[in-house]
Amino acid sequence: MAEPLLAVAGLRKRFGGLAVTDDVTFSVAEGGIHAVIGPNGAGKTTLIHQLSGTLRPDAGSIRFGGRELVGMGLARRARLGLARSFQITSVLAGFSALENAALAVQARSGPSFRFFRAAAAERALNDQAMTALEQVGLGARAGVLAGRLSHGEKRQLELAIALAMQPRLLLLDEPLAGAGPEETERLIGILLGLKGTYTILLVEHDMQAVFALADRISVLVYGRVIATDGPEAIRADPAVRAAYLGEDEAA
Amino acid sequence: MRAALILLAALAAAPFLGFGEGYSLTLLARVMILAMAAVSLWLLVGGGGMVSLGHAALLGIGAYAVVVLDDARITDAAVVVPVAMGAAGLFALVTGAVAIRTSGVQFIMITLAFGQMAFFTASSLAAYGGDDGYTLYGRTTVLGQRWLEDRLAFHYLCLGLLALTLFGGHVLLGSRFGRVLRAARENPLRAEAVGFRPYPYQLVAYSIAGAVAGLTGVLLANAAEFVAPSYLAWQRSGDLLFMVILGGLGSLQGAVLGAVAFVLLEEWLGHITEHWRLIFGPLLVLSVLFMKGGLVGMLRRG
Repeated sequence: MAEPLLAVAGLRKRFGGLAVTDDVTFSVAEGGIHAVIGPNGAGKTTLIHQLSGTLRPDAGSIRFGGRELVGMGLARRARLGLARSFQITSVLAGFSALENAALAVQARSGPSFRFFRAAAAERALNDQAMTALEQVGLGARAGVLAGRLSHGEKRQLELAIALAMQPRLLLLDEPLAGAGPEETERLIGILLGLKGTYTILLVEHDMQAVFALADRISVLVYGRVIATDGPEAIRADPAVRAAYLGEDEAA
Repeated sequence: MRAALILLAALAAAPFLGFGEGYSLTLLARVMILAMAAVSLWLLVGGGGMVSLGHAALLGIGAYAVVVLDDARITDAAVVVPVAMGAAGLFALVTGAVAIRTSGVQFIMITLAFGQMAFFTASSLAAYGGDDGYTLYGRTTVLGQRWLEDRLAFHYLCLGLLALTLFGGHVLLGSRFGRVLRAARENPLRAEAVGFRPYPYQLVAYSIAGAVAGLTGVLLANAAEFVAPSYLAWQRSGDLLFMVILGGLGSLQGAVLGAVAFVLLEEWLGHITEHWRLIFGPLLVLSVLFMKGGLVGMLRRG
């Protein structure tokens, strides 16, 4: 079997006496959507931080495309093709939607220590940025300042920026967070559209969305992965049901 | 950029509109030199989000480069300018390498500390007058010619360099480099998430601003034909920072507007009363409280 795109092994992180990530092991194969779910406080956010490089694990390894990521920062991982989106929208409010995406294109298009030529006039950057915006249905809003977009549009832009990086793996941190029912439906539609083209690791709270989108699901409870399987098997898993219904774990 | 262009045009016409005599030209030179310094500081504050309280030290290093070379009887611009820009740029590079690892209040304090370090060093340079300062033998020469002795020529040199600095800053901010710098100011996490570590970009910007400040220091030394440690004092850095904020962080031209408004207001109040600082201080406070976005913001709202 070929090496998985992302392989997390024995990952541990403690805050004081609390093991927030406790021997987490799972892997993500190329293609499709792999979801990580778990009740509040399960350690999803801490896990995302360690995967993207904003938090250093105490132990364990994260291999991505055959390279060890532990010890690398966020920017380095991004250049290797690991694009993350943020649970709390993090766009450049003073930049237009197009320039937000163009910055991401620029990061993988040659050196940025160029001091004279106007970046906004670089066709190659703008064209690719525009493609990313169109992929998420924001093409018509390219010229609008990101700060003036609606919440749902900002969520879309967040996605477009990640797409503009042409990543090997999209790490989406609750892309539906704070979106209303209509926006949620639109975002799910967009994610379904990306499914064939990108490998996605989706950390999400919205169960309906996860079961509609994911090919595989890992369930995180109290920092541990208690199950990784297809959606049907996860739905039927008694340990998962116990965790979500708030009962004491039988195991 | 319109307001700044109008100002530049006014400065170009000023000598022919009744501001051509000695005192007016001295004042206008001061306006233009400080505007240039403010533009270089704006690149840090408005462009890179680096609020420095040590910018005067960079100007001072440029001015002291003139002094040291003057003392060695080297006065030609071909040597003086590169040395001044190089020395100030290098100082910015070295101190910036440390300071840029911090941010916010820490960055302000560490640039203040480096600035004061330079100030006390200048004060202790007994060979160059120490606290009392140093009077130049003459102005910097250009290709061996003493053109800068001519007040009108000096006026247009300052104007030309101010215009060049403004234009250069404008180009820089619009370039790939400038885009990364602006992105890192607005949201460093976002810049990193797409693959840019802000540090090297901020450090290069800091060094460029330092070199420009060094060039400004050469003009400063020539304008007064005198250099003193007070040029490097933190109060001067505070004044520059104030000009930048008064003008507004929304656009680079704010630096020019802020500097012009600051110097002219100071001058005008000084004529009205000897207790002008009692009026100047509260005016500055009010301007920060009520002029959101500074002068640039006010112009935009019309």
